[in-house]
Amino acid sequence: MRRNKMRVTGAVAVSAVLALGAVSCSDDDGGSGGDGVTIGFMGDLTGENSGLVVPPYQGAKLAVDQYNATNPKVKITLKKYDSQGKPEQATTLVQGAIKQDKIVGLIGPAFSGESQAVNPILNEAKVPSVTPSATQITLAEKGWTYWHRVVADDAVQSAGAGQFLANAGVKKLFTVSDNQDYGKGLADAVGKAVPGAQVKSDAVNDKAADYSSTVNQINQFKPDAVYFGGYYAVAGRLFKQLREGGYKGKMMSGDGSLAAGLIEGAGQQNAQGALLSCGCLIDAAGKTNEKAKKFAADYKAKYGSEVAIYSTEGFDAASAFIEALKAGKTSTEDINGFLKTLSFEGVGKPIKFDEHGELAAQDIFIYEVKGNTLPLLGNSKEAKVS
Amino acid sequence: MLDDFINQFWPSTIDGLSLGAIYALVALGYTMVYGVLRLINFAHADIFMVGTFAALWTVRTAGFDQVGGIALIGAVVLMAVVAGAVSGGGAMLLEVAAYRPLRKRGASRLAALISAIGASIFIQQLFGTVIIHKVFGTSKEGGKLDVNEHFKKLTNVVDAGPIQISNDKLIVFLGAVLMMIALDQFVNRTKLGRGIRSTAQDPETAVLMGVNIDRVVTVTFLVGGIMAGVAAALYMVRFETTNYFVGFLLGIKAFTAAVLGGIGNIRGALAGGFLLGLLETYGSSLFGSGWRDVVAFSILILVLMFRPTGILGESLQQARA
Repeated sequence: MRRNKMRVTGAVAVSAVLALGAVSCSDDDGGSGGDGVTIGFMGDLTGENSGLVVPPYQGAKLAVDQYNATNPKVKITLKKYDSQGKPEQATTLVQGAIKQDKIVGLIGPAFSGESQAVNPILNEAKVPSVTPSATQITLAEKGWTYWHRVVADDAVQSAGAGQFLANAGVKKLFTVSDNQDYGKGLADAVGKAVPGAQVKSDAVNDKAADYSSTVNQINQFKPDAVYFGGYYAVAGRLFKQLREGGYKGKMMSGDGSLAAGLIEGAGQQNAQGALLSCGCLIDAAGKTNEKAKKFAADYKAKYGSEVAIYSTEGFDAASAFIEALKAGKTSTEDINGFLKTLSFEGVGKPIKFDEHGELAAQDIFIYEVKGNTLPLLGNSKEAKVS
Repeated sequence: MLDDFINQFWPSTIDGLSLGAIYALVALGYTMVYGVLRLINFAHADIFMVGTFAALWTVRTAGFDQVGGIALIGAVVLMAVVAGAVSGGGAMLLEVAAYRPLRKRGASRLAALISAIGASIFIQQLFGTVIIHKVFGTSKEGGKLDVNEHFKKLTNVVDAGPIQISNDKLIVFLGAVLMMIALDQFVNRTKLGRGIRSTAQDPETAVLMGVNIDRVVTVTFLVGGIMAGVAAALYMVRFETTNYFVGFLLGIKAFTAAVLGGIGNIRGALAGGFLLGLLETYGSSLFGSGWRDVVAFSILILVLMFRPTGILGESLQQARA
């Protein structure tokens, strides 16, 4: 009994000392000096959706390394913060990033949920952030002055996907979602975005494997296209069961499914011709601009893999900060002020923020599964299905 | 709504039966262990998961490529044998490691239940963090593995108007029914089966009559594991995908099927499995797939309210077991 009591006291004492230690070395705020600055990258770097976050990290890292190689006056240290996509983990990390590491800017957080948790803290500390991949619509409506993103939001994505489907002659559309925030929001919005189309919808359980009842409903409705809102693991299973169930129409999904995992999950044969919409640009062939081609080549040389989802956006987000440093802005406030007036041609698209921190011009791109790859079909306004 | 139900009736029925067959096979493991030990073996779902990985390993090792027709049946048998052996062995190991020490010390049933949950998480994490990387050599996150392109499944064996049955659904259904008949015969006709029934009825008297309880328990776990392994092989043919938490939802469904049919009752588990499979697909054609589990579990609650012992009542011990 007594021993237990002592243990408890000891534990309390130790944690008190640790807490004090943490407080004592964190009593001055922001700003930076010396020869270098630290920029953070936050997102799910090791968790189950890291397939969507490692590519933008590598893109950002490439931009930083290329910049540092030019021997600039102010060098950048890119520091990783692995939130695993969890908001509670992200808020703890961001406080350390601000107070101990004194970051002058943050690339990320990668997902919308953690962005909601982290950005009020960044805003309070007056540290600017640029997210490469958080697409939830409401993030731009929070009034955060230090928040920016270099990717189109879900509203623009659904409008783009809807327009593309209408151009492709879709009169009957069936939308399926995984019943999660992102997936359901996207599927519902796409359902409303195809002018004059007859729309029916259903949802599947992302933890289950059997989607036969959804397949039956689709086969009965006989739509021209099925749009799925959700992530690639579920999309793969659904597309596979659709094809096996005899469905012959178009299949389409959003940025959450834009990964090689989709082809593996559906099986290469079943996945052929599946379409994907995304606000991100993956353009190794340089279809849209020459810069994208050079970026893809540099990326491949450095990492040995093709550019993937959001790697372009990671590069552009890092470039935004680099532009600010090149202009001699090194304090968080100066950098943020600079971002407001920033305007340059990124690898993906023109980078210029409006007063809410959104890109002034937002584009949606369409991809199509061909063989084992997901090549770019084109901008949603002009892309045509072969 | 009703139109949808009528139009989708035949496809729903076929999907429901092939899904229910898998539920039923897994439910057998729950019901037998409960009958003999009065224990809900929550790690049984993970024994199923282990089976799916064994089936996957078989597919890859044997190098199946677009197997169809009669050859597909051969492939399924091979997968079922390997998966059944691995799952059966796994279930025996589970009993020795997680339950027997507790039983020997006369620990409470609650302790065994907690041990079951612990074993379940242990097996999942073992597969998720070690086996999937070391044996299957994947560095992918999420621990998902597919066997696409190995089977040729698009052929419709039966194609009569609204009724279309593809080869994989038929194999799953027939394979499951075959295993159930075999088990039913085993429990009713053999000496070991009699041992199981007598232990379920009254363990103390059974000991006095010379039944070796340890042996009966081992056999019960073994048989339950084999059934789960066969179910896993059939699951792999039908869905061609697995991951380390595949057992979780399926395990809950199979457990529900066992309760629905009357836990402890083998034929009840079968009836419960098929019923649950059908209820799910009918429910989703009526109200949409989001309602699938709501419908299934609402019916479960209703059945238990009016017939707490399940549809066919309790008892592995009675002769109808």
